[in-house]
Formats: sequence, structure tokens, C-alpha cells
Amino acid sequence: MISNADLHWRKTRRLTFTLIFLWIFITFGLTWFARSINEVVILGFPLGFYMAAQGALVLYLIIIWWYNRQMKKLDAEFGIEDD
Amino acid sequence: MLASLTRLQRYYLYYTCGFLSFIGALAVLEQHGMPPRWIGYAFLCFTISMYALIGIVCRTSDVSEYYVAGRRVPAFFNGMATGADWMSAASFIGLAGTLYLSGFQGLAYVIGWTGGFVLVALLLAPYLRRFGQYTIPDFLGARYGGNAIRLVAVAAAILASFVYVVAQIYGVGVITSRFVSLQFEIGVFVGLAGILVCSFLGGMRAVTWTQVAQYLILIVAYITPVAILSYNVTGNPVPQLVYGQVLQQVTQLENRLFQSPVEVEVRELYRERADLYAQKIMQLPQSLNFEREQLSAQINKLKASDAQMKDIVALERQHRDLPHDPDQARARWENAMFSAVDRSKTPIHHAEAFPGETVEEQDIMRVNFLALIFCLTIGTAALPHVLTRYYTTPTVRQARESVFWSLLFILLLYITAPAYAVFAKYEVLSHLAEIPITKLPGWVAAWAKIGLVSIEDINADGILQLAELSLNPDVIVLATPEIAGMPYVVSGLVAAGGLAAALSTADGLLLTITSSLSHDVYYRIFRPDASTQFRLVISKSMLLVVAILAATVAAQKPGTILSMVSWAFSIAGSAFFPALVLGIFWERATRAGALAGMVVGILLSIYYIIRVEFDSIPILGISGFGMEPWFHIQSTSGGLFGVIAGFMTIIVVSLLTKPDPRAASFLNTIRFRNGDAP
Repeated sequence: MISNADLHWRKTRRLTFTLIFLWIFITFGLTWFARSINEVVILGFPLGFYMAAQGALVLYLIIIWWYNRQMKKLDAEFGIEDD
Repeated sequence: MLASLTRLQRYYLYYTCGFLSFIGALAVLEQHGMPPRWIGYAFLCFTISMYALIGIVCRTSDVSEYYVAGRRVPAFFNGMATGADWMSAASFIGLAGTLYLSGFQGLAYVIGWTGGFVLVALLLAPYLRRFGQYTIPDFLGARYGGNAIRLVAVAAAILASFVYVVAQIYGVGVITSRFVSLQFEIGVFVGLAGILVCSFLGGMRAVTWTQVAQYLILIVAYITPVAILSYNVTGNPVPQLVYGQVLQQVTQLENRLFQSPVEVEVRELYRERADLYAQKIMQLPQSLNFEREQLSAQINKLKASDAQMKDIVALERQHRDLPHDPDQARARWENAMFSAVDRSKTPIHHAEAFPGETVEEQDIMRVNFLALIFCLTIGTAALPHVLTRYYTTPTVRQARESVFWSLLFILLLYITAPAYAVFAKYEVLSHLAEIPITKLPGWVAAWAKIGLVSIEDINADGILQLAELSLNPDVIVLATPEIAGMPYVVSGLVAAGGLAAALSTADGLLLTITSSLSHDVYYRIFRPDASTQFRLVISKSMLLVVAILAATVAAQKPGTILSMVSWAFSIAGSAFFPALVLGIFWERATRAGALAGMVVGILLSIYYIIRVEFDSIPILGISGFGMEPWFHIQSTSGGLFGVIAGFMTIIVVSLLTKPDPRAASFLNTIRFRNGDAP
């Protein structure tokens, strides 16, 4: 039988690693192709430049926001009270 | 609406309004003829006395208040304080300039310095907060056990933080000497006073609330000039939204200017000059003697004829300024050669990613770009002065939320910096290039006087070509108010913002260094029975000693200090990140593994940086140890190897040693507090 703590940790870990992979994709994956995606123009910016200067930053903020939201739910589900 | 705000929010609202009306009052006074120097003084006095006031109000003699602000800092304000803590003089003054000079390549800093906060949020902050002690060495000591790891952590924290704090105090000296025309050394000690008023009496508590105040000043100061510039150029005051169009205009201007025949000619002249220097260096020491003899002959000839005294004096000065010996000549001529080579290259387009003539060159640029991002993100997630901030929130949930706020507040500056660079480039390309040198705007001459802008009419056509202009990166932020023709009060505001950025970071770093020494070394290792009263006395005296030491080093104007700051990221990243992350996520990590990993990581980073960056260390009398970089990775990204080696060492050594039976229960407390602990 799996204890509550283990289940909580398993879910936390899954959420964390999913978001870290997303982060790696944005930070290193997209950037690797910056030269090619620069051909696309968005709001006057070449896309590669835009992603590095603004897009990635906003996505980072969304990742953290999503993580906080999910963790809040998870903690409530397992009845973890903040000290 | 006011009533719905908390008491703290109301205080900071009043404070912000007060600051804005102070700026307004100064603007009116300037219209009535207040001299610029006084405006500088007014900003300096107002801001430092505000910080001092907060410092005195928050004085404390409680250990928890002194180290972690009593863990009563709400997420929102901790976010702001982290923002100020994080953004240093380099971010405020240097970043926009770096982006101006290197275009897309500079964006590695923007991505790296913000992306790191995702790692902080997901991998570190909640666990550190749930652990709930005082320092990062505390955490490592509790997870792995033993004093050895604590000492290694303290050494790494001090190594990474001290260089960084010296750079901040140096920055304060530069700003005060430039805007209030204080002498540099006096400026450094004014900065020291500004730092001590916050941290000495009130520790982390005072530093936190001052940092919130400093954040507000620095963000207003950073955004105001570029918003005005944006309004002047595009009619829209939100630079972040509209600089894409300006970037397109910049690209068009670049296409036209880079290929114009006269630019090509100027670049050719610089290439010839570089060749000339290369020849002279090859023929040392004869070339130096030859030059000296030639000048003497010329002087004698002039003296024999009835030439003007002025010409003779000029030649004699040239003769005197010649390098004294071949070594000096080599160093000086190599510098001149490299700068000429730089100017002889076709400039890169601002938005071009990974520029290079060949595919190999482009790949080297790409690999270095990604490696730099890697080091900066990992370093961000490992610098102890930032991580300590997440000990100060009331709950774990608030620690998570405060990383969100931190990133939001930091983002405001990093999203603006590329806009600064693009607007500045637009101004230079459209209003400086192809302009007769006698008709250049006034700010060029003003900044040329202190050596941040230099102009040389190498083809003597009386018109400025792009290759003839060179800008110091610092000038972009400092001179934008003048470029846009704004009143001096905006320049004063920028100076106050830079000062706030430098002081707030210095405060955080200084506290990290002192708490490492007084809490981790003195209290935890030497005298665990020391009374709390005495611990604070030790803490405060350490603070004084370290602060004075840092200011003394900064007053020597160490030229290399600024480049050493980027190494702090590599060192902190390879020391802390693998040990912290594996310590939290991998139960099997053992003390021996962590210790070995930290030592290997730090040593490999330092080894790589030193061997790639230098060829000799004159003080130690060793030379000739320079090496070719591995995979073309520059020394600033040396941490790449350190971090990878650190991870691998911890994993291998941990698997070879016996598992630690206490790890499971420790991890249970930081992962899941009130649960069914085994």
C-alpha cells in the first residue's frame, strides 16, 4: 500500500518534471532553431528574437503560475496545512 | 479602495507617491534654474536618507529577525525585495549596452537571468522554505550531515559573493563620481555608508524593507527614459510593444549603411592599421627602437628649422609616451591591433541569431549562446543571496508565490532592456551616422570627455562613419536621457536607480557572507553554545569587517573585477546546484557523494576559467599554461563543465558509498510536513 506521503510526492514529482521538460524545450529547444524561426515575423519582430526577448520570459511566468496553482490544489487534496 | 490595502501596501504607496512628487518638485526647480549638480546631490541625499530611515526603524536584536526577517515577509513584497536583490548594477547599467553591442547574442543574459527562476520555483524554493533554517550551508549540513560539507559550502558562498559585492561597490563609486562629481574613492565610501545603514542595525529585516523601496526607485528610473524616447520616436509610450517596428527600421538602416562604399573604405583603413600593428609586434624590439629614433630625428629636424613651438611640444610628448620597453609595447600594440580588427569587421545585424561567415562559425556561436544560458540559469538558481530570500516568507505556499512575484518584477526590467538597445541603435544609425563631425549632438562630446564615447575620423572626410564611432556599453542607459533631450532631472533619476540597484544587491550579498561566517562557521562549528546576544555581536562585527574590506578592494579600481562577476555564476552553479537538487530529489545521494561533487565542480570550473582566460599569473610567477577551450566554449561559460561534472561525481560516488539511513526521514519532512512519516 502506498502511503499518503508517497502518493503526494509522486504527484509532485510528475508535475515538476513535466514542467521542467517544457522549460528545457523553451529554453534550449526553441533557441537552438532561433536562426530558422527568425524568418517568421510577429508584431514586427523576427520570431527568434521575439522569443528570446519576450516570449520565453512570459512562458516562464506562466509555468511558475501553473505550478503554484497545481501545488495548491494538491496540498489541499492531501490536507497539508501550511505552518 | 485605500482601505482594502494592507498597512504595508499603504506605506509603500505613500512612499512611491512621495518619491514621484519629489521628482516633480525637482523638475520644477530645474525650470527655475537649479544647477544640475544640486539635482544630483538632492537625489543622493533623498534616497540614502530614505534607506537609512527604514534601516533605523527596522533595527533588531533578535536572531530570527536578523537572519530571515522573522519569516514575516508576504509573498508580494518578498518578490519585490528579491527583484532588487537580484538586479545588480550590471543589470541596470550594463545589460542594455551589451544588447546594443552584441544584438541577439546578448539575449542569452535576458533568457538566462529570468529562466533560472523557473528552476528556483520548481526545484528549490518550496523545499528550502519547508526546511526553514537560516542559510544554504544549513540545508546542506542538515541533509548530508557533517561539518566538512558545511565548510565547503561556506567557502563557495564567500567565493561567489565577495567578487560580486566588490563589483557593486565599484558601481556605486562610478555612479556617484559621474553624477555628483565626487571623487571615486569618496564615492565608494559614501556607498559603503549607504549599505551599512541598512544592514548593520537591522540585518535581513531592514535589508528586506529597504530593498522593496529600492526596487520601486530602480524600476521607475529604468523605464522612464526609454518610455519618453519611445514616445518621441513612435508616438507610443510603451517601448516593449512598439520596438519591433523600430527594429525593422534599424534593419533597413543597417542594410543600407553596412554596404555603403565609404563604410567599406573606412573598414579597409582599419584593417590596414591592424596589419601595421601586427608587423610592428612581429619586429619587436627593433620596431620600437626604430620608432623612437624616427621621432627623435623628426624633433631635431623641427628644432633646426624655425617650426612652431607647439608642434615640437606635441612631438616631444609623443616621444615621451612611447612604450618604455618591448613588453609594454607588445601589450599596448596588441590592444590597438585588436580594437582595429574589431572595427574592420562588417558589423552584425541586430536581430541576426548566431551570426557567422560560415556554418561552423554559426554553430560555435549557437553552442556558446546555449552554454551561456545554461550557466546563467543554473547560477541564478544557486546564488545563495537569492535563495536565502525564500526563507523569509511566512509559509511554503507564500514561498512558491513569491518566486512568481520575483520573476514578474524582474521581468519588467529584462523585457525593457532589449527595447533600450534597439531605440539607442535607431538613434545612432539615424542621427549620428553620416553626420559631419562638427555637427554631432552635444551629448557625444560630453561623454567623449570622460572616455565612454570615442570618435576618430580615420579617412579624414569630416563625416562620421559607423566604424569610426565606439561606445562603451555603460553609456547606453546613462546617456539615454540626453540622447532624447530630456531635462537633467531624468539623468539624476537614472543615477538614483543605478545606485539603488547596486546598493540593494550589495546589501543582500554582504548579509550572505556575514551569516555564512557568523552562523555557519562560528555558531554551528566552533561555539554551538554561544548565546544569541553574542551571536549577533559576532554577526555585526563580521559585517563591518567584510564591508570595509570590500570597499577597500573596490577603491583600488580593480579592472578585472567586472569580468570576474560572470565567473561567480559558474562557481555558485557548480558548487550548489547539483548538491541541492540531488539532495532534494534523490534519496540515495550521500555525504561523500555531495562533498566530492561540490569540490570537483568548483575546482573544474575554476581550472577551466583560469586556463582558458589567462596564460600567466605574474604574482605566482607561472606562465604558459593557457589552453584551447573545449568545444569552443568561452571561459564565461566554464560552469557548464563544472555543473555536469558535479552531477556525475555525486551520482557515481553516492552509488559507491553506503546509503544514508537518515536521508529518508529528512526528505519526508521537507517534501511532506504533516503526514504519516515512517
